[in-house]
Amino acid sequence: MQTTANAAQQALLPSPNPVQLLDPTGAEVEQHGTVRDYAMPDAGRLRQIWRQMVIGRRFDIQATALTKQGRLAVYPSSRGQEACQVGATMSIHPTDWMFPTYRESMALVTRGIDPIEVLSLLRGDSHCGYDPIATHTAAQCTPLSTQLVHAAGAAYGEKRRGRDSVALAFIGDGATSEGDFHEALNFAAVFEAPVIFFVQNNKYAISVPLSKQTKAPALAYKGIGYGIRAEQVDGNDPAAVLAVMDVALEHCRSGKGPFLIEAHTYRLDAHTNADDATRYRSADEVTAWLDRDPIARVEAWLKSRGELNDDIVAATHAEAESLASDLRDRMNTDPTVDPMSLFDNVFATPTPQLEQLRGMVQAELSAEAQA
Amino acid sequence: MTVTMSGALNAALRDSLEADDDVIVFGEDVGTLGGVFRITDGLAETFGEERCFDTPLAEAGIVGFAIGMCLTGFRPVVEMQFDAFAYPAFEQITSHVAKMRNRTSGRVGLPMVIRVPYAGGIGGVEHHCDSSEGYYAHTAGLKVVTPSDAADAYSLLREAIDDPDPVIFMEPKALYWSKQDVELPSQRPGFGEAVIRRTGSDVTLVTYGPSVPMALQAAEAAASEGWDVEVVDLRTIVPFDDETVVESVRRTGRCVVVSEAQGFAGVAGEVAARVSERCFHSLQAPVLRVSGLETPYPAPMLEKTYLPGVERVLDAIARLQWDDVPDLSHEPAAAVSRG
Ligand SMILES: Cc1ncc(C[n+]2csc(CCOP(=O)(O)OP(=O)(O)O)c2C)c(N)n1
Repeated sequence: MQTTANAAQQALLPSPNPVQLLDPTGAEVEQHGTVRDYAMPDAGRLRQIWRQMVIGRRFDIQATALTKQGRLAVYPSSRGQEACQVGATMSIHPTDWMFPTYRESMALVTRGIDPIEVLSLLRGDSHCGYDPIATHTAAQCTPLSTQLVHAAGAAYGEKRRGRDSVALAFIGDGATSEGDFHEALNFAAVFEAPVIFFVQNNKYAISVPLSKQTKAPALAYKGIGYGIRAEQVDGNDPAAVLAVMDVALEHCRSGKGPFLIEAHTYRLDAHTNADDATRYRSADEVTAWLDRDPIARVEAWLKSRGELNDDIVAATHAEAESLASDLRDRMNTDPTVDPMSLFDNVFATPTPQLEQLRGMVQAELSAEAQA
Repeated sequence: MTVTMSGALNAALRDSLEADDDVIVFGEDVGTLGGVFRITDGLAETFGEERCFDTPLAEAGIVGFAIGMCLTGFRPVVEMQFDAFAYPAFEQITSHVAKMRNRTSGRVGLPMVIRVPYAGGIGGVEHHCDSSEGYYAHTAGLKVVTPSDAADAYSLLREAIDDPDPVIFMEPKALYWSKQDVELPSQRPGFGEAVIRRTGSDVTLVTYGPSVPMALQAAEAAASEGWDVEVVDLRTIVPFDDETVVESVRRTGRCVVVSEAQGFAGVAGEVAARVSERCFHSLQAPVLRVSGLETPYPAPMLEKTYLPGVERVLDAIARLQWDDVPDLSHEPAAAVSRG
């Protein structure tokens, strides 16, 4: 039976295969079977994403090294996910909101946040080193999916204020099973909140593979039930990520509500430095993904067009190196955290009980200082 | 043999799976990985995916699913990955798990165990160090258990799995790697029986779970200042062993309750109230609490300041002299004369 819903349903369908503009060798591929046309980003943007990915990866490797030196308590690497983190972040404006998880350190660096502030949570000196209001960037979130509902609310708030800011919310594949993911999608759809839910499907939630997480043919299909437009994209193709972000942003900014992106990518390192990935995946699997390196892919395209030469590559790596060594130097000093700051932000006005405890700790510290 | 608490928990799960085909283990990463703390290490391998399996990442889903499986006769043992990540399941736990027997006039019992690695002292980041036992203990219908050594961990977990009611099994993360010389299977006192970990005649420290080793240290330190301190380990918060606690405090006449959770409206307050009610005539001084600060659990670098430690316990003991007007504000150590 023909129903009026057919056209609407059709519009909600994501492309049957992930959108890809560059193949792993960096050659342009014909778009076929996509539900919309995607425009190849211009060379300038691809140079920019390449540069930022080089810097991001160097930062990520440095952060992992810092865990070995005991400078970071723990670090969840996003090596291999550069196109997603850099591409999505680069596409939004400073006035747009970003809602990162613990894994989005590289996205935060791309956002322009001082790397040392990006690492506060993981270093252990503060739960959030940067100012979320000033940076329009929420604190990194560790309880899974809970930030998505916040993103929906923030996006709706912006809309009510008559501004055209969108919210970009990151989430992993495993976290799509959480109830809050579903509530967030539903709220965003119902309130037509301009939020982009960016799922980095990196194939594992710690050790659990996607096949044990969901029976959906693709996570992008989860948009349909909520009436949300969705798309799947090759998350290791920087050009495709930018192109799909363009469509999603246009959709959001023109008042059509939320958009769901599933980016197919891979987590090359373990879940965190504390995890042992050999217990749940094979070396062959990882090696296969090394051949889909997002940086190499766009670098090949840029070189073939004469948009990039060895000198620029060398200079950019040198720049990344010096940013890493600067970070290393700054992380080498032991951060000083004032124990009295414990009491600073529990309530706007401290309770008498808190003041008593403050007195107790103050006295302990003075006694220690005298001893 | 030398056993860690995590090894003892793993052995208890193994032996329960072996003993009863209806016991099943599930949760996030409990299969191939063996849990992020490796408590379920090797269970999927030994018993197969039917008995120990990974679920989608959804705490409410895990607990709700376990409720349904209980209806068909299973005895699920589920893992919440970390204390603060059990909160999405809180609605299922309080609204259904705790109340099901009552809601169904006794027709449906839920013989499930919800394992929660909890508390701090491991340098964990935000949301990984909560002491959430108070929430569960405050909810009628839940048993709340927390071992402090390997032998108890084994014995209490076996009993929890055999129990006809839902048990919230709180595992002190900081003690997972603590070692003990013990032969497994160990059989210790059952639910609702506290044990005296150290005898003494001047003061009773009542404590449980992660704070037990610290309280024992404090008792040692107090000995050198002339205080003979008794340490009572509750082991189960619900049911609560009034008898052991009351008997001890009546003997010593003084009581300090030590817990890592924040003091306000918590388990320590409950203990203090019960002691006051039952030991009023024996008490030489008010019952004091030493607990975590009333601030959100801080970033790792401040956890030493946050957590109650030996010094704070000693200060509390010093305030128990009661020879003058008692100072019940948290008076600084320096201002209190000891001895
Ligand atoms: C509510 C909640 N439950 C459990 C955890 C513990 N945990 C941290 S990360 C993680 C896996 C998340 O996987 P995924 O969503 O795929 O994101 P990825 O880490 O792969 O980026 C789990 C189970 C958590 N942080 N929050």
